[in-house]
Amino acid sequence: MPDLLLELLSEEIPARMQAKAAEDLRRLVTDALVEQGFLYEGARAYATPRRLTLHVVGLPAKGKDVSEERKGPRVGAPDAAVDGFVKSAGLASREALAVQTDPKKGDFYVARIDKPGRPTPQVLSELLPAVIRNFPWPKSMRWGEASAEAGALRWVRPLQSILCTFGSETETPEIVPLLVGGLVSGDATRGHRFMAPAPIQARRFDDYAAALEAGRVVLDAERRRDIIRHDARDLAFAQGLEVVEDDALLEEVAGLVEWPVCLMGRFDESFLQIPPEVIRATIRANQKCFVLRRPAAAPAPGGPEAGPDSADPESAGSLAPAGVEQILANSFILVSNIEASDGGAAIVAGNERVVRARLSDAKFFWDTDRKTRLEERLGKLENIVFHEKLGTQFERVERIAALARELAPAVGADPGEAERAARLAKADLTTEMVGEFPELQGLMGRYYAAAQGESPAVAAAIEDHYRPLGPSDRVPSDPVTVAVALADKLDTLVGFWAIDEKPTGSKDPYALRRAALGVIRLVLENELRLSLARVYRLAARAVARSAGATLKSHLATTTRPASPASGEAPVQPGPDMREGAAERLAQAVVAGESDLLSFFHDRLKVYLRERGARHDLIDAVLNAHGESQGRHPEARSQAASQSTGGAGSAEPQASPTSQGDQAGGATAPGGGNDDLLTVVRRVEALGRFLATEDGQNLLAATKRAANILRIEEKKDGRSFDGMPEIGALVETEERSLALALARAAGAASEAVRAEDFEAAMRALAELRPAVDAFFDKVTVNAEDPALRENRLKLLAMLRRATREVADFAKIEG
Amino acid sequence: MRPERSFQGLILALQTFWAEQGCAILQPYDMEVGAGTFHPATTLRALGPRPWRAAYVQPSRRPKDGRYGENPNRLQHYYQFQVILKPNPPNLQELYLASLEAIGVDSTLHDIRFVEDDWESPTLGAWGLGWECWCDGMEVSQFTYFQQVAGFECAPVAGELTYGLERLAMYVQGVENVYDLNFNGLDGAERVTYGDVFLQAEQEYSRHNFEHADTDMLFRQFRDAEAACKSYLAAGDRGERHEMALPAYDQCIKASHVFNLLDARGVISVTERQSYILRVRDLARSCGAAWRKTEGGGVAPAAVQDAA
Repeated sequence: MPDLLLELLSEEIPARMQAKAAEDLRRLVTDALVEQGFLYEGARAYATPRRLTLHVVGLPAKGKDVSEERKGPRVGAPDAAVDGFVKSAGLASREALAVQTDPKKGDFYVARIDKPGRPTPQVLSELLPAVIRNFPWPKSMRWGEASAEAGALRWVRPLQSILCTFGSETETPEIVPLLVGGLVSGDATRGHRFMAPAPIQARRFDDYAAALEAGRVVLDAERRRDIIRHDARDLAFAQGLEVVEDDALLEEVAGLVEWPVCLMGRFDESFLQIPPEVIRATIRANQKCFVLRRPAAAPAPGGPEAGPDSADPESAGSLAPAGVEQILANSFILVSNIEASDGGAAIVAGNERVVRARLSDAKFFWDTDRKTRLEERLGKLENIVFHEKLGTQFERVERIAALARELAPAVGADPGEAERAARLAKADLTTEMVGEFPELQGLMGRYYAAAQGESPAVAAAIEDHYRPLGPSDRVPSDPVTVAVALADKLDTLVGFWAIDEKPTGSKDPYALRRAALGVIRLVLENELRLSLARVYRLAARAVARSAGATLKSHLATTTRPASPASGEAPVQPGPDMREGAAERLAQAVVAGESDLLSFFHDRLKVYLRERGARHDLIDAVLNAHGESQGRHPEARSQAASQSTGGAGSAEPQASPTSQGDQAGGATAPGGGNDDLLTVVRRVEALGRFLATEDGQNLLAATKRAANILRIEEKKDGRSFDGMPEIGALVETEERSLALALARAAGAASEAVRAEDFEAAMRALAELRPAVDAFFDKVTVNAEDPALRENRLKLLAMLRRATREVADFAKIEG
Repeated sequence: MRPERSFQGLILALQTFWAEQGCAILQPYDMEVGAGTFHPATTLRALGPRPWRAAYVQPSRRPKDGRYGENPNRLQHYYQFQVILKPNPPNLQELYLASLEAIGVDSTLHDIRFVEDDWESPTLGAWGLGWECWCDGMEVSQFTYFQQVAGFECAPVAGELTYGLERLAMYVQGVENVYDLNFNGLDGAERVTYGDVFLQAEQEYSRHNFEHADTDMLFRQFRDAEAACKSYLAAGDRGERHEMALPAYDQCIKASHVFNLLDARGVISVTERQSYILRVRDLARSCGAAWRKTEGGGVAPAAVQDAA
């Protein structure tokens, strides 16, 4: 079976686009082939900085023969009609037609048209140019003389030549003629730009790959990566050093060279007084080189094995955080694209010179930045817009500081330290170093905080308050950090909710899902008892109090007044307007509360599901009794009374902490489903209960009861909620069920109030004999309507009792 | 005058090389600009269908990059060598590499790389795709295929090469500090260094740019240049043709430089910054549109004569 070989040689393709482009080429060509009926045995694509190559193995030499029958006019139809049919079917004469008999309509002509399968190269000649013309580059361009014309070919960079051949092992493959953007395909390519620029001819993949290798081109990116990885390790090892591995950098560097040659350079040891992360960022971002470290003689805990992301918060006070880069060496590995005639001496010297200049800059930033204390930088945050509708970073910091202070007692942090850390948390955004390396935000703040004598807890919080950055990122545990991290994320969520910038579908430009997940993980992994509703209101008040005029005026124009009076003149901007805006802001914020809470519930479900929890159990717990009637309305009316309190309504009436009613304080009866930790514990308890025989039985019985109730309630068009009349129950079994229910419901609700979910489950489990006996002996739909009603009320009681812990109807199975 | 001996030798070698490729060797534009791209020989000539090949040195001013002469790599005034070829020839990369050979960069000894860098000038409403060209890890040139200028598609596309002359000279001369560059190629008492020529200027202009530039005057100048640009554009407009695209564009350049000075003085807030950039871009767009109605922009000469 013949193979297809296609190479598109161009000017340098951006490294970050190469892997996807190779995959796109393979997918688009093979999809198009399959669509035209051409099956193949295998296909593989390759990318280097200058070429995309596709090798499709085992294609048929030509397409399948197809035979088609077409129905024509009746026999005896006018000559013109018959001749027309002959012509349209592409036949030579009327003799070529067959006659078919139809019992109803009589005889008619049929043309049999045989279409021989087209030779594969012919199909490729049409199909490949279409793929090339419509190639999905993230960014593409026109070039040269042809670019003056409309419809000129676009490619990622100018396309220089096309090699395209088709044929089997046994004969010389033929050139597939392609004509694209003025280029004509052939069997020639070029080797390395500098080391083998002469044309290379090849028609088979094996010859092609071998010729490229001889021409100093490693076609396979994976192999280039392996070469770099191994050579870098060897070079480092020879000096008693280790490479600080960096997969993203490796991927990029492998996309910058066709012939990787690793070389080692050095820089002055005195630069090692710059923080190691800065050295790494400098050398990585500007030079795309790998840094090296000295292997520790006796690795400390959290030492060399741990990644740079796992700095130990305990060591926050010291200038050099524990971590891999503590022991950087003053050497680096660069990856050159040529084997230089001097063995690389000039290349190393050149790279060392640039590294020296960059590190000098970094050292200058490091020294300069430390001359200004972080608190003196806060004014500059007024020039950094956080979001046009949410004001500047300065305003945001004010909010976060206030919120962190209020959250502090609930997370076990000192309020003063939490506020201090929050106030300084964003100050490093104005430093020269973070201006140059934005990825060092937080980390530099920690260094500068430590340098100016802030407490270890404050310094650690400045670095880590952005965490967790994703589902697998480390969750901070230091109380001060937790307070600031929560405040930072809650302010973001409440703010964007207030201006109605919520995530929709796949769009989440402000990473609000990540922020919510961050809150969830901070709460759960630190086992914090926080009422989200209460915390929300704290954050909302901070937003209302300090958000800039921008937010207020935004809300003034987008939020309708509570009572739309008819024919009101447009409001003039003034004090009234501002007060009105504040009021509307408060309303918008209140309206956002339940919405944001359900967003949190959705995120919690995703989080728990990913950790293996059953989503139906989560729903069952979230819908448990008391949730829908217990906590929220109370919360809402409380907030609403604030928002209708007149001009000063946006101001807090009193700090919750001062009322002895801390954010994370007592949980309302029934357990708040806005207390994430409680929700999770209930889900766990429920899961354990359902794994027992008692649990399964009770579930089945409750479902049975609920089904009967649903049907009968629908039939009668009424609800059977309400207490049964105990005296009117006749059978022993129903009387003992009523008694058991009264006992169990009381005990379960008591236990839930005490947050002892195991006990609540146990109380319910005790219902089992009574329930079993009831369904065994008692006919619910008795003939006597009064008896029937009473029994249905008994079932409703069972439903209610189980709802103390979970809505069993939501549970599957 | 070997390129590795002197700064001026480097410039002369590049001029000679590109002259041999058919470029008109122009002189610097006589106004303050932030980059060689602002020269009308690039910005305006990149628009319209007429072929164009030019090369020139352009003194470039970046007021914010001033370091009082204390940084060995950063200057508020430096030189770019600019080459523009429209349409770009198919072998532009090879020509560029040959120009490096011409100034003494041996590609068997040095690691020359084309690293993705898409160019965009918000003030000129221009963008293109290309690379930063690296020599042993140092960026020595920008290589761009212009796709759009002043908001108009480039048809045909022009290739633009920008050499950072000081950096390149430091490299070929093997010097660590820009002020140590040999400027005239002589030794001993006759030697003139880059510092001899420019150190005092860097110190004085840094003071000016960051501390003393008269901001009231500059705000006024910005408004004046903006107004003048618009009024020249209106005055030169003859419907199908335009008669004053170049003088109008001068005012656009002026506004851009004044903005850079105001920015360096730190008197433009973040939100205002964007609006100033948009105002300059509007001027650039209008000038580009006007240029397209001139002979240089592609209008047939006969039409211009007829109208005259």
